[in-house]
Amino acid sequence: MSEPKVTEELIAKHGINADEYSEIIRILNREPNFTELGIFSAMWNEHCSYKSSKKWLRTLPTQGPQVICGPGENAGIVDIGDGQCVVFKMESHNHPSYIEPYQGAATGMGGILRDVFTMGARPIAAMNSLSFGEVTHPKTRQLVNGVVDGIGGYGNCFGVPTVGGEVRFHAAYNGNCLVNAFAAGLADTDKIFYSAASGVGMPVVYLGAKTGRDGVGGATMASAEFDDTIEEKRPTVQVGDPFTEKRLMEATLELMATGAVISIQDMGAAGLTCSAVEMGDKGGLGVRLNLDDVPQREQNMTAYEMMLSESQERMLMVLNPALEAEARAVFVKWDLDFAIVGETIAEDRFVIMHKGVCKADLPLATLSGSAPEYDRPWVETPAAAPLGDTPQIDPMEGLRALLSSPNYASKHWVYEQYDQKVMGDTMRMPGMGAGVVRVHGTNKALAFTSDVTPRYVMANPVEGGKQAVAEAYRNLISVGAIPLATTDNMNFGNPEKPEIMGQFVGAIKGISQAVSALDMPIVSGNVSLYNETDGTGILPTPTIGAVGILKDLDTIIDGVARDGHVALLLGESSDPLGGHLGQSAILAEFFNREDGDAPHVDLGAEKRHGDFILANHTLIKACTDLSDGGLAMAAFEMAEAGGVGIRLDTDETPALFGEDQARYLIACNFDEAEALMVAAGQAQVPLRSVGTFSGDEITFGAATCPLSELSEIHQTAFARQAT
Amino acid sequence: MKAAVLVFPGSNCDRDLAVALRRAGADVTMVWHKDDHLPDGVDLVAVPGGFSFGDYLRCGAIAARSPITKSLIGHVERGGYALGICNGFQVLTETGLLPGALIRNAGLKFLCKDVALKVENTDTAFTQTYTLGDEVCYPIAHHDGNYQVPDEKLAELRGEGRIAFTYKDNPNGSVGDIAGVVSRNARVLGLMPHPERAVDPVLGNTDGAAMFSALIASVVAA
Repeated sequence: MSEPKVTEELIAKHGINADEYSEIIRILNREPNFTELGIFSAMWNEHCSYKSSKKWLRTLPTQGPQVICGPGENAGIVDIGDGQCVVFKMESHNHPSYIEPYQGAATGMGGILRDVFTMGARPIAAMNSLSFGEVTHPKTRQLVNGVVDGIGGYGNCFGVPTVGGEVRFHAAYNGNCLVNAFAAGLADTDKIFYSAASGVGMPVVYLGAKTGRDGVGGATMASAEFDDTIEEKRPTVQVGDPFTEKRLMEATLELMATGAVISIQDMGAAGLTCSAVEMGDKGGLGVRLNLDDVPQREQNMTAYEMMLSESQERMLMVLNPALEAEARAVFVKWDLDFAIVGETIAEDRFVIMHKGVCKADLPLATLSGSAPEYDRPWVETPAAAPLGDTPQIDPMEGLRALLSSPNYASKHWVYEQYDQKVMGDTMRMPGMGAGVVRVHGTNKALAFTSDVTPRYVMANPVEGGKQAVAEAYRNLISVGAIPLATTDNMNFGNPEKPEIMGQFVGAIKGISQAVSALDMPIVSGNVSLYNETDGTGILPTPTIGAVGILKDLDTIIDGVARDGHVALLLGESSDPLGGHLGQSAILAEFFNREDGDAPHVDLGAEKRHGDFILANHTLIKACTDLSDGGLAMAAFEMAEAGGVGIRLDTDETPALFGEDQARYLIACNFDEAEALMVAAGQAQVPLRSVGTFSGDEITFGAATCPLSELSEIHQTAFARQAT
Repeated sequence: MKAAVLVFPGSNCDRDLAVALRRAGADVTMVWHKDDHLPDGVDLVAVPGGFSFGDYLRCGAIAARSPITKSLIGHVERGGYALGICNGFQVLTETGLLPGALIRNAGLKFLCKDVALKVENTDTAFTQTYTLGDEVCYPIAHHDGNYQVPDEKLAELRGEGRIAFTYKDNPNGSVGDIAGVVSRNARVLGLMPHPERAVDPVLGNTDGAAMFSALIASVVAA
């Protein structure tokens, strides 16, 4: 079969610009052939190379005594004591999900689960952070239904509990939804597997499902903006098979136990190309592949197609040849492909043979290490204009506006489509704050949360970046967990625009300050750029996935508010109006305004207040942090969870709906409240009583409404509008 | 009591079920679907939840034709005990060991939530520690839990007292609100809800523990 000639048009179609092409010629000292061009494009696209973001990602704090492995491997690894570790990462599947919501979201789940079990960890928890366009946009309902169905269809079959996540709606996502999938797994610290190959002449083994033409060019597609040719891109979306993934996970973990695995890497974006190059590069070795031996699902596949296929549920491994029979037996047991497709070589070459012909011969280390790196021009986001006048509102009308918004309505319609309890260790389900999963067979538990407030990041990238981390921190604290570490999923627009790059740089700075102050280093992450449609960018959305530990199950804060409990507010507002309303939920949902600055995050106060909660957890029955919707929303949610009314003394709009940070609402009995007040005095943290839980009404000052009526709105608004 | 938990490719509640059985005192062996016989002296064969063979065909249809399933059928024909939960219930109906079929939920969505069940028959090894009419809370997690039998079969099941559990607030469209049924000799129970997810006080619900302890007590006594 003759291959297309490498023309200027073909080069452009591969997303390679003129400077990058000159660099390829300089490296090779010749023109690349078609297959080689494809390999370069796969390695050098934004999705795989992080060429626009690397410079700034390097500035993130990634170290700490708890960190076993930071960014750079398939997932980050954090010590949880007793010879065990938690392995986790968050990754986006935005573009595929917009084009084909079910399969895009499903394979997003598949990819993140593989990242975790490739390292030898059994996945124990999943979360999803989803951002959609306005509910009135004609595409939104189809996307919501398809994405949720796809996540459920994959995760439920695979058998991992979903314990948290977020769902938001905003016009800025109308043409570009976000699907960020998080997975965490559990491993023994002395049984972690990495991707670096070692040893010359070692067999390179292909594991899992067969290779088809699905997803050819997917990583390049994910690195481009959308326009009206989007439907033509549907064939670049992969198709998921969770049943094969489940078998691949079981087989891989069994295989690892045999001692046959020298190194292993999952085939994700740019499939065989990325995985082989990464294993070779990290081990300082070359790789020779013979594509005739690759298990193929379709006939007459070319070298180009096989090297760029993104068929799912596949792994590449370097095998200890002495244990080949044992390794093969495991894959026969699980009815999965096991094929030796190449070997490691001493020379620094990436050699691709197909039907006796050399289809590519590239310098491997250079291919991996010389991906372009850009210092994109950026401009600082201008300071937000001051908040306009905001009149006092009827507090019940304000609360109703929030409860009936799909952004703040209960998301049970979503969570109920995900298995939350499989594996038998789920202690706290999604819906309110962090999810908690017991470490199987121990007296420890892990807490998980994912957070970001994109409208804050838009108004003030630095404070918004800090706030995403701070909210994740507070959600972990609210269940009594000690925050351990974070993963970041940076979703932004076109980095070639200085103002977008400025959002990215600002958010990175904010995240860095916060993870450093709160001791939650970033151990893994993912960057998704070019989230634009016809030149309009999304809200900057740096999603933070965070993990915390409960060293003893008894330290969990997991109760609910009861009749007679006191409502205590930890933290305070420094705003002269009595609450920070800039960029608040009430402003957006009630006034249809998005103005003012994001709330300032005092990281010192965050740490002091978090430490106070952990130190006094035995005095706290229930706890929730104040975030979107401020005190009013926190009070309502706590009352609803406990099935009891609440009376707050204030009816002031800023006090009820302001979104000042570093605050928590606490429920406890009178004696406990007295003890907490004494402790707060000693610790010099601001704590005061703001009301009491009792009866069956929500009362803010003089305004009152039955809890049942408000709960009805909260429980039904999402399905009514968004599905 | 000796219990065997069958493991099909795609089973994902196998460990959970083994944990619940062991917690109640059973001696549990995991048995791979390609095996052609059960361990000697097995009293109970338990078929776990999950997505056997991906459930790409009718749920449970391929598992019902696995080598180990022939041994399961032989075990039941000899009067042995069997328990099928969720996908396991689907497998038991596909083998014909229990009547009826489980089709897609009436709401067409996968549904994971806690549901209230009414105990309809306490004259089985599985339910003897409950009181007739007791309300228990078990979690459900299924896409195809809509139990269907023809009218005459429904009348027969009712007449023979073979409906073990009904839903208080039917989540999936099952005929007669049926959540679980037993065989004629009451030694085989299939149900969609997951009692094995409700046995541990740490997880906040122990309503399912009584089923496992009852089962073990009656097998040991028999």
